[in-house]
Amino acid sequence: MPGVIKIREDFNHKLSLKEFPYIVRWRDDRCKRCGQCTAVCPVQAIVPSVKLQRVVESEGSIPAPVVRTKVIHIIEQVRDMERYCTGCGTCTLVCPNEAIEPEFNPQHKFYHYKNKGGEPYKRGGRRNDPAPSTLDRIKFTRISMLTDPALDAGRHEFRVRTYIGRILPPEELPLKSDNGRLVVDLSSGKFIPPVREIFPIMIGSMSVGALSPHMWEGLAMGVAYLNEVEGIPVVMCTGEGGVPPRLLKSRYLKYFILQIASGYFGWDEIIHALPEMVEDPAGIEIKYGQGAKPGDGGLLMAQKVIKLIAKIRGVPEAVDLASPPTHQTKYSIEEAVAKMIQSMSMAFGFRVPVYPKISGTKTARAVLNNLARNPYAAALSIDGEDGGTGAAYNVSMDKMGHPIASNIRDCYLDLVRQGKQNELPLIAAGGIGKKGHLAANAAALIMLGASAVAIGKYIMQAAADCFGDEYNRCNLCNTGKCPRGITTQDPKLYRRLDPEKVAERVVEVFKAAEVELKKIFAPMGRSTELPIGMSDGISIDDKDMAERLQISYVC
Amino acid sequence: MCRLAAITSDEYFSPMENVLALETMKEGHDGSGMGLMLKNLGGEFEELKEYPILSGICSQKGIKLLDEYMDRLGFKLKYVWSPKLRYVKGIYPRDYYFARVYDYPDSYKDKSMKEKEDLLMRTRLALRAMGESDESIVVFSFYPDVLTLKEVGDPLELAEFFSLDKSDLKAKIIFAQGRQNTNYAINLYACHPFFIQGYASMTNGENTAFVPIREFLMSRGFPGYIGYNSDSEVFTHILHYIHRQLRFPLTYYKDVITPLKPSEIERRPDRDALNLIRQSLRPLCIDGPNCVIGFTPDGTCFMVQDSKKLRPGVVGGIPGKYGLMSEECGLDKVIPERDRSKDVFPMKYEMVIIPPGASEVKVWNQLKGEFVTEEAEVLCQV
Repeated sequence: MPGVIKIREDFNHKLSLKEFPYIVRWRDDRCKRCGQCTAVCPVQAIVPSVKLQRVVESEGSIPAPVVRTKVIHIIEQVRDMERYCTGCGTCTLVCPNEAIEPEFNPQHKFYHYKNKGGEPYKRGGRRNDPAPSTLDRIKFTRISMLTDPALDAGRHEFRVRTYIGRILPPEELPLKSDNGRLVVDLSSGKFIPPVREIFPIMIGSMSVGALSPHMWEGLAMGVAYLNEVEGIPVVMCTGEGGVPPRLLKSRYLKYFILQIASGYFGWDEIIHALPEMVEDPAGIEIKYGQGAKPGDGGLLMAQKVIKLIAKIRGVPEAVDLASPPTHQTKYSIEEAVAKMIQSMSMAFGFRVPVYPKISGTKTARAVLNNLARNPYAAALSIDGEDGGTGAAYNVSMDKMGHPIASNIRDCYLDLVRQGKQNELPLIAAGGIGKKGHLAANAAALIMLGASAVAIGKYIMQAAADCFGDEYNRCNLCNTGKCPRGITTQDPKLYRRLDPEKVAERVVEVFKAAEVELKKIFAPMGRSTELPIGMSDGISIDDKDMAERLQISYVC
Repeated sequence: MCRLAAITSDEYFSPMENVLALETMKEGHDGSGMGLMLKNLGGEFEELKEYPILSGICSQKGIKLLDEYMDRLGFKLKYVWSPKLRYVKGIYPRDYYFARVYDYPDSYKDKSMKEKEDLLMRTRLALRAMGESDESIVVFSFYPDVLTLKEVGDPLELAEFFSLDKSDLKAKIIFAQGRQNTNYAINLYACHPFFIQGYASMTNGENTAFVPIREFLMSRGFPGYIGYNSDSEVFTHILHYIHRQLRFPLTYYKDVITPLKPSEIERRPDRDALNLIRQSLRPLCIDGPNCVIGFTPDGTCFMVQDSKKLRPGVVGGIPGKYGLMSEECGLDKVIPERDRSKDVFPMKYEMVIIPPGASEVKVWNQLKGEFVTEEAEVLCQV
């Protein structure tokens, strides 16, 4: 029509749903339009919408089709990459009629677009690689059967315990014989480093702040119950960011490893609480790196720095809390490691094991060899590429880092070459229980040479129903919008999480893991000590992996 | 399961006694090997006690190499013993079985026993390495007053093969093992008893913690901790490491291989030392079913069980002669006149020790950390 300017919509620059990682399947016939799904969606990926619909209807007994235009109410998925459906499925949980469900779209082009404003994609979770890990391919193949009786996991006594702390070589033990009995020779003046006996699976470092108060409390309660009631000495690392003041002064502190990282958050409060501590902590972990984001620092976003967190960390409220990638006051491995370990040891009167945590790396052996010569180093914790985090650049998570299996194996064999395999415990982390096989993955790492393993993501999934997986599901930890209330400081969200239920699940998980570990060790004829480095017990179905790990190949 | 027959006595006796004891337990060994180790030798060796005896097997080529090597080191051959071989169906004779007594090289005559022991071990290892690829030289022990014989076959047939029944060979301590091969290749070096610098042990079991123990021993920097054709060889080396290298009293062997639980350690008077031992020697903790019988350089014999007591083992006899056997029928064969009610069946907390001279049986209780008398034991059971 002359004089009328047509405004044409730019369909060409619109994204189709096919580009999105999750496509919301909504069923018109089931939906009662209650709106709960749209209210609960953490990213507002779905909205109620109104559409015009052309329908052909016929009423009466004789067909008399009439074309009508109706106004209909639907649930629509937003096609804005900033509000992409994360696949968390909270909508499905709240829907009374099973009318809505996100579906993974393997053809998505999410990463192509998730950099608006030049800002790379950041998220929480772990590496998005759903393939079975090396750990999941390891089989336990040395079964004692007819050659000798196997043990009975249900009847025999098993000792599923390990040590953290520097262990003296036998040749250096300050012992003397007195009438056929050995006694500790106190006159020798020999320093006997502190050693803790723990369950070989520990809860890895997750901070108050990264976790919601309810989640942290649930984990802590579970750990205390495991120790005090079940007699399973599970320890938990606090992560960087301090400890609730009441816990610092309680007798339960002995079940916690305090972490110090490059931001030193919370340490002013910890140091000031020292005179009032009635128990020593289980250990001190100095964080130099994290498997999920090697070489990257920590960040707690302003929206998570609420009053409680600010108080614990000793910082103002509502400011971004960045921990630098490195400890800024140090400039060399000798400085960074030796001085820091000694300072922390001294602060606790040399009664607490102090050890560094690094991300999995080809240079781990250099760090290890430095520690092997430092008599105060209590362990080395290595966090592999499948480790999780509350916030990181996607590129760091998906592409940076070293798998834990060969890293631990190399380090263990290095220690064996030096005869120090029992002196410096190796703690392995990163992807343990990724496919749900917690005990099997832990046992595999132990047989490759780890003294203990640490878990993070697994316990969030198992104890608090974290939605996250390796298909990038949810992974909103960095935004403070965790729909399960695990990694948020928003009371509206974390009130969803019952700390008592989390604690109960923590206890169940560890009790089950202990039984499963026995079920692995019993047929292999191992019960008296943890089979650290029992590499003849395991095999893998890949020749190259077998060669690399120096274990046998089976098919 | 292998069968074990050890006898310690204050008088010389023939190894046939051990062989006949093994024969009573015949259902337990499959002819995959027998090892005989004699200590405190009598007969023609009685006058040669201070001189080291090299025991082994050589091919024609091997004996030439061995002679050349020993000459080069300055060892002087003093006496040679060889078993008189008889044809026995199924046993394939090797060229030359021997026990050769040497005098030390001149440069070592005035050296300490420790230095002499190191020389003997290094020499044994060098000979082993020289002949290992083609089995031209196989050496089992090189030490004063210790003789070893090993071969693949049934014990009784091997005794006939070596003419032990007609031989003057005798000793005051003799260990014998009839091997039931389980999971390792049939190899003479896998045959018990194992020996290192005066220490020996033999076992009937499976050591499932073998690999970490082997790695720990091999990384101690001690050249003798090699071999390991059998997972049981580590028991001998642990004994040597604990007693000779670390100078721990013998009973701590039990505390190292089967440590107590922390709650049990707290009841021991030496708990502080035990806690440290438990941590520092964690890799030497054994696992699997094992009854270990061993001797130390002074002639003390002992028996210990794994921490769950999954293997049989019995000690009994009369003052002056005791047997340490895997089964009671063996003991009945050797010392039928003993009071059977005094037989000791060591359980998981016990270590049975027979001092040199076989005068008595002492039972050390790990829970208490002390030797217990018979009366005290009865009281405990009540």
